[in-house]
Amino acid sequence: MIHLEGISKSYKIAKRQTGLRQAAKALFYREYTTIAALKDISFSINQGEIVGYIGPNGAGKSTTIKIMSGILVPDTGKCTIMGCTPWKERTSYVKNIGVVFGQRSQLWWDVPVMDSFELLKDIYKVPQQEYQTTIKLLIETLELQEIVNSPVRQLSLGQRMRCEIAASLIHSPQILFLDEPTIGLDAVSKIAVRKFIKTINKEKGVTVILTTHDMNDIEALAERVILIGKGNVLYDGHLEELRKRFGTRKTITADYSQNTSPIKMPAGAEILSYTQERLSISIDTNHTKTSDAITQLSQQVELTDVTIETQPIEDIIVKLYKEYQI
Amino acid sequence: MKVYLSVLKLRLSMGMQYRTAALAGVATQFFWGFIMIMVFEAFYEHASSTPPISLKELIQYIWLQQAFLVFVMMWFRDNELFDLITSGNISYELCRPNGLYGFWYAKLLAQRLSSAILRCFPILIIAYFLPDPYNLELPHSNTAFLLFVSALLLGLLLLVSISMFLYISVFVTLSPMGSLLVFGVLSEFFAGLIIPVPLMPDWLQQIANVLPFRWTADFPFRVYSGHIPEHEAAIGILVQLSYLIVLIWLGRKALNGVLKKVVVQGG
Amino acid sequence: MSVYFKYLLIHFKSQMQYRTSFWLLSLGQFFIPFSVFAGLYFLFERFGQIKGWGFFEVALCFAVIHMAFSISECFARGFDSFSDLIIKGDFDRVLVRPRSTFVQVLGSKFEFTRAGRLLQSVMVLIWALSSLPIEWTITKIATLVLMMTSGVFIFTGIYMLAATMCFWTVQGLEVANIFTDGGREMAQYPLNIYHKWVARFFTYVIPFGTVNYLPLQYILGKTQGSDLMYMVTPALGSLFILPCFFVWQFGVRHYRSTGS
Repeated sequence: MIHLEGISKSYKIAKRQTGLRQAAKALFYREYTTIAALKDISFSINQGEIVGYIGPNGAGKSTTIKIMSGILVPDTGKCTIMGCTPWKERTSYVKNIGVVFGQRSQLWWDVPVMDSFELLKDIYKVPQQEYQTTIKLLIETLELQEIVNSPVRQLSLGQRMRCEIAASLIHSPQILFLDEPTIGLDAVSKIAVRKFIKTINKEKGVTVILTTHDMNDIEALAERVILIGKGNVLYDGHLEELRKRFGTRKTITADYSQNTSPIKMPAGAEILSYTQERLSISIDTNHTKTSDAITQLSQQVELTDVTIETQPIEDIIVKLYKEYQI
Repeated sequence: MKVYLSVLKLRLSMGMQYRTAALAGVATQFFWGFIMIMVFEAFYEHASSTPPISLKELIQYIWLQQAFLVFVMMWFRDNELFDLITSGNISYELCRPNGLYGFWYAKLLAQRLSSAILRCFPILIIAYFLPDPYNLELPHSNTAFLLFVSALLLGLLLLVSISMFLYISVFVTLSPMGSLLVFGVLSEFFAGLIIPVPLMPDWLQQIANVLPFRWTADFPFRVYSGHIPEHEAAIGILVQLSYLIVLIWLGRKALNGVLKKVVVQGG
Repeated sequence: MSVYFKYLLIHFKSQMQYRTSFWLLSLGQFFIPFSVFAGLYFLFERFGQIKGWGFFEVALCFAVIHMAFSISECFARGFDSFSDLIIKGDFDRVLVRPRSTFVQVLGSKFEFTRAGRLLQSVMVLIWALSSLPIEWTITKIATLVLMMTSGVFIFTGIYMLAATMCFWTVQGLEVANIFTDGGREMAQYPLNIYHKWVARFFTYVIPFGTVNYLPLQYILGKTQGSDLMYMVTPALGSLFILPCFFVWQFGVRHYRSTGS
């Protein structure tokens, strides 16, 4: 469905000059530096997938999204999405996609949300009947009944984001690009947005490509992640795989009845906290099995409770960024 | 005084950031000046009687008007102040140690000065080197030049003191648009920026003479060209001074008046 | 085309949310050119004529160019204020919608307050027409309509050129004012009062001359030679928008390859 091969893109950036003399010179002549935003990016995405596209700021995420949505023309490489080259047949291609830029609005600020929807219907030439069914479904699943008749400027950020997503689905696109859809939202709105993305993916088979800095989004939605850094694809695969490979540390917290004698720690364990009633350690499962560690502890103290936590995905990503020095 | 100077300095360096904009502005004003000159030239060509101001004097007038446009245009405004007044954030300003009138006056003055410094010299210099009869000439005597400089600066002070009333009026109307419109249209016309005062019909000239606006633009520009002789110019400067004193006095009173209301309303 | 009217409607609805400011701004748009017109009137009161043109003839010139200007500022405001769209990054949004960039940018903004200016110039038009001894024919009326149209096309073309510049830089855009505000100011008078080079530039490069000066001679019966030549000039002037259109397309292509 989506197929990228050897996509690269570089930007020319004018050097900024300081000082009056340099600035005067810049009026006539400018020096440029070339920055490679994407270097040879390739991946394929099948219909119905939800893919998390992650990477630090400036890694090339937006550039890729812009190329895939037909805004930008890459320097080299092939990109075929639903049989089209996005930047070639722009107007016919973009009917198939929906785009949400988390930080910008596509709704008209001073009129009721419904009016914006109607205008989008006309822009995308959606037949009236089809529009009726789509909009009914969107309003129901996103719970917009209460807000569609208020002007956008009166909505909260969370309400607005729900409307933004609905707006980008009015023409029933088969691919949805979400650029930081949960940025700035409160916890409740985030959950609502995630739930909805999941629903349309399941029920309508919409392929979703999502960029975000919130790893909870990824964990809740994406089975597959593509990690990009310095213009290269660094990892492409299952989230679980990523965890297995990089998230080998686990945290064991043990509660026990009062114990004053010293405890012999499992091999390679790192002590996070230690009191007479509670011990918290971090172990590397490549060296020590979790069950062995617990057995070893239970032989020394009288355990009342044990919890095992896997490393948060957040930490894994930070570790990855460090490892790739991006 | 130090505060005022630092405000000016800040504005200047900010203005320098927008050099390209300034350059574009200069080009625009040149074009404008040329159009005006050519229109007057065409009118003068077949004039049946001798016009009350010669074409040469008119050309001086027009180039000075273009060079010092920000000194004489009421439209040039500070939206920050408008927002401050209409949003009710004025209470913060009241906490400042300096008097509000003086502070705002200095701010407005600094804005006009800094933009003019960036724009006036290119226009003056190029206009000077234009071929006759379109060129800007040197003033005919040192006295005339000194009189012009004082008249121009006093005119600027006067304009700022008039524009203070524009901001004060917004306290009452709460909408900058209406006030700006009235002040802008009136001042532009009666300052002689659309047509010079001597070319107006007599009855209009009489109105223009009573209003303070013509002392901000028409008067200094005509002092430069010598259309207003030196002894009359000296008297004119006294008129400017008295207007300035009266308007500042009235302005302070009016500002204190509206501020009292704001405090009472707890705005 | 129908989607353009849908855009118009939604912007009108938005504007009506701020009625007071709408009325005040419209009033301003009425009075600002009014004072300019007053100045013009007083000059004629003193001088009587300008290179053989009478007051009402010039008033007609004034009315036509101001009408064209206010209509373009109202309906092509999207191009006039295109730098906002670029600065906010909203042009990307335009590119992900299945419509031409032209219609979307046109539809991105309207300035309804220019109705005030339009009203003022219509009043001048009526005054001038009723005071001029013109023998009206169908073709003269058609020419008058064409004059306004060509004015709208030319102003819109200039806005498009300035908008295209935004793809490279948003600084120094004021230069475009020379041709929009400046063009309007200049074309208030018949072109032949200016120096030859000005008249030539504004006939052959930016054809403001075809908006009023040339066809007006036909309407006023001042032509020398073929009437037809003068009559069709507005139609020729309208063609100005075609190259602007290509330049715009070129700019869009540049934007899509650099993304800045």
